[in-house]
Amino acid sequence: MLEYVEKIRETAIKLFKDGKVDVFIGYQKGSIPMMNQPVLINSADQAGLLYWDRNCGLNLCNYLTRRTDRIGIVANGCNSRNIVTHITENQIRRDQLYIVGIPCKGMIDHRAVQRAVKQQEILAVEEHSETFTVKGKDFEETFNIKDYLRSNCLVCTHRNPVIFDEIIAQPVEEQSGVDAYKDVRQIEGMDSENKWNFFTRIIDKCIRCYACRDACPLCYCPTCFVDESKPQWVGKSIDPVDTMTFHILRAYHCAGRCTDCGACERVCPMGIPVRQFTKKLNKDAQEFFSWEAGLSLDQRPLLDVFRPDDYNDFIR
Amino acid sequence: MTKKIYTKKEWMKTLAGLKSSYNIFVPVSDGDFHIFKAMDDKENPDFNFKNTRLSPKSVIYPQSERLFEFTLDENAPDANIIKQAEKDYFPQAIVGIRPCDAHAFQIVRPNFDNPEYQDPWWIQRYESTTFVGLGCNNPDSTCFCTSVGGGPFSEKGLDALLYDLGDTFLVKALTDKGEKFLKLAQGGKKPDKTALKASEELAASASDKIKNKVSTDKLKHKVQTELFEAPFWDEVAFACINCGTCTYLCPTCWCFDMQDEVFKKQGDRIRNWDSCMFPLFTLHGSGHNPRARKVQRVRQRFMHKLKYYVDKYDNGVQCSGCGRCIKNCPVNIDIRKVCELMNS
Amino acid sequence: MERLLKNPYLPYPVRIDKIITETEDRNLKTFRFVFLDSEDEKKFSYIPGQFAELSIAGKGESPIGIASSPTEKGHVTFTVNKVGLVTTHLHNMKEGDVMGIRGPLGNWYPWQEMEGKNVVIIGGGFAFTTLRSSIVYMLHPDNRARFKDISVVYGARNPGMLLYKDELAEWEQRDDINMHITVDGTDDPDWKYNTGFVPTITEQKITSADDAIAIVCGPPIMIKFTQPVLEKVGFSPERIILSLEMRMKCGIGMCGRCNIGHKFVCKDGPVFSLAQLRNMPPEY
Repeated sequence: MLEYVEKIRETAIKLFKDGKVDVFIGYQKGSIPMMNQPVLINSADQAGLLYWDRNCGLNLCNYLTRRTDRIGIVANGCNSRNIVTHITENQIRRDQLYIVGIPCKGMIDHRAVQRAVKQQEILAVEEHSETFTVKGKDFEETFNIKDYLRSNCLVCTHRNPVIFDEIIAQPVEEQSGVDAYKDVRQIEGMDSENKWNFFTRIIDKCIRCYACRDACPLCYCPTCFVDESKPQWVGKSIDPVDTMTFHILRAYHCAGRCTDCGACERVCPMGIPVRQFTKKLNKDAQEFFSWEAGLSLDQRPLLDVFRPDDYNDFIR
Repeated sequence: MTKKIYTKKEWMKTLAGLKSSYNIFVPVSDGDFHIFKAMDDKENPDFNFKNTRLSPKSVIYPQSERLFEFTLDENAPDANIIKQAEKDYFPQAIVGIRPCDAHAFQIVRPNFDNPEYQDPWWIQRYESTTFVGLGCNNPDSTCFCTSVGGGPFSEKGLDALLYDLGDTFLVKALTDKGEKFLKLAQGGKKPDKTALKASEELAASASDKIKNKVSTDKLKHKVQTELFEAPFWDEVAFACINCGTCTYLCPTCWCFDMQDEVFKKQGDRIRNWDSCMFPLFTLHGSGHNPRARKVQRVRQRFMHKLKYYVDKYDNGVQCSGCGRCIKNCPVNIDIRKVCELMNS
Repeated sequence: MERLLKNPYLPYPVRIDKIITETEDRNLKTFRFVFLDSEDEKKFSYIPGQFAELSIAGKGESPIGIASSPTEKGHVTFTVNKVGLVTTHLHNMKEGDVMGIRGPLGNWYPWQEMEGKNVVIIGGGFAFTTLRSSIVYMLHPDNRARFKDISVVYGARNPGMLLYKDELAEWEQRDDINMHITVDGTDDPDWKYNTGFVPTITEQKITSADDAIAIVCGPPIMIKFTQPVLEKVGFSPERIILSLEMRMKCGIGMCGRCNIGHKFVCKDGPVFSLAQLRNMPPEY
């Protein structure tokens, strides 16, 4: 996807020149390999900072919340779905945005790559169209990108942006026949004790840094429930009960809104597979309500819709 | 000072033998990364690591620690009276701590132990700890200890230092505590001249492997209020998501919160790590918040480390150059870059 | 370890001896505490301007300025605004209840510099507490001769919101203190003192800065508009003394949250001169 870089820069320059945006939000190349940084530029002459490759792991929609200016923003499939969610939840107005759509072929799982080189330090990564080469002090290895995609990208069926003002390349082919919820079904098959043990085990390393929450564009509450002190809903120590309360409640707050962008998992410093919490809710939304978040501006969010003819009894 | 040499296999046995004298904390492989854990029958030390994901600060300063206890039972004679919780300060040793992390305790020390106030828990656990370092043969590209007063074989804050010579560990006592540790450590031989020379060469060559040079020389002379108003803070802070990763992983971040927790009639006063990245950290009861905006909190973190600490203690910067925040910041905010901006 | 015998986090146990509701909105109450162990009272030796952590088992701690004067023996008092978790709980406690006090903490008003000088005290709203401590301290027969003229401007929203009403009336009667009590507004036809905002009354009543030091405590908006008035009269920034509030936990400069630049409000403050504050980042 390196070929996108020039296109993104040209588009940003044009938008500034035409006076269509006040700022432009994208990624710049990070200071360490496999790590790009969200960046905001204010003028065309900064466009050279903009970058795009398979390491754009953060969700840029995060940076839109409650902005008041006119914003150009790059958006691949999942990011665009979060922008839709943001618009329908009144966190940003559609007419403030100029969305530069990016057909996406998936992001690289930097942890899997680290594992593949046995945690040796990677000093440089070169990306080619289907492969990438990692270099360290005493090693150099080339891998197929498709074998090192992030787990959410592997099961993604919305690689193309669902909303945009212009798109910088031909749409990519959407993946079909993916089994998005194999892992969820495995957990569903457990008895409740094993389920509890499973979730207890995956969060046992949690340090309550809240990176998962803070990286999530859905988590824009002015005061998060974990930060409330009157009343205090959750203890602040690393007692497993409090930690579990945080993770479960966080996931439920994302129910029917999560686009499985994977930012939460990408940022966790302790490598916790936090998507295991949200995925079950995504699966339920899909199976019970045929719902996928952020596909259309015309749909109200799943959990704020009431229909008298709802086929579920509990709601009537 | 005593020096001993052990084959690596022998060293593991020696450590196991020391368990009756110390609670021993060692690096342990935990999936994709290493972490310091108490050595028990389940945990095998793995000294083949760069550095642990979390710094060993929690060995001295746990993320959550019970400070006091109390009863709310009105029938009890001591109802509502806060009492010190019983503590055990059995000798402990951190074996395999990297020199940057040992240096970090020295950086943190004046906060908890100064002429006006002494934090009893931090000090007692610090003083009951023996720091047995492991020199860094192959520092990472994100390491910059040599810019902040340390080095891959720096002895600052260490009681003993291990040199990894391939098949053997050469261990050198540096303080009385280190001498005691080595005296209690079974086995080992007196190192021959070849081993001593190898250890010296290793230390000498390691510093050159650190390519980063972060300038901190001008920080002290900067005017605090001018640096505070510097034009670059918005840009530095833009990507920040205000999570606690940098502060919790940092060996020199010490901020904390105190909370009371009650179960039925019994309660504890607990100290938890806190983070200047969180809005709640400075929120007044009235609702006013002097650091309500993200940029203010990001600025606080860097100003604290690189300016306020410098001004307060005249003891260098509040950073040991371990590089954890660089590697693990979810949005790649790089302290080396910020330091250069502040120092220029 | 001998030097660790005194744990700075351990509160002294106290009993609530008396509770006085100060204001008509009932949001401000004065709590008089007696130490369970009288030895602790000696250890809790304080100077006007200092604060302490009020410590309630199961709820936590809240930093509050000490309202009593060290010249008042046998008890220590605090006037507490009902704001957060701890103070709300405290407002629901009753006389006889046991809790804790940790301190004294922080620095104090510059008594050494104030000696032999005129003292101007300007207070607004519920920030009058450590000023009350200071007035009582200065008016004490042992101390009064150490200071020249004492002038006080104290304002509240309305008469019902003034603290220490009995004492104010008593001070009004004295000739060794110039009281200028004011309210923002009132419909009470019998109101016999000033009406107007604190900065305005200050401008009318405080006409000389000669050989004087001013202590100013109050809400940020009052401080903001009083500063220029004082400077106009001739108070140098070194002689304008302010006391700050911050969210605090440890009270001893360790927990990291109440800093302004490299100063901690809990340990290096809460008292700062305007001159000091002007050299500190404006982050409070």
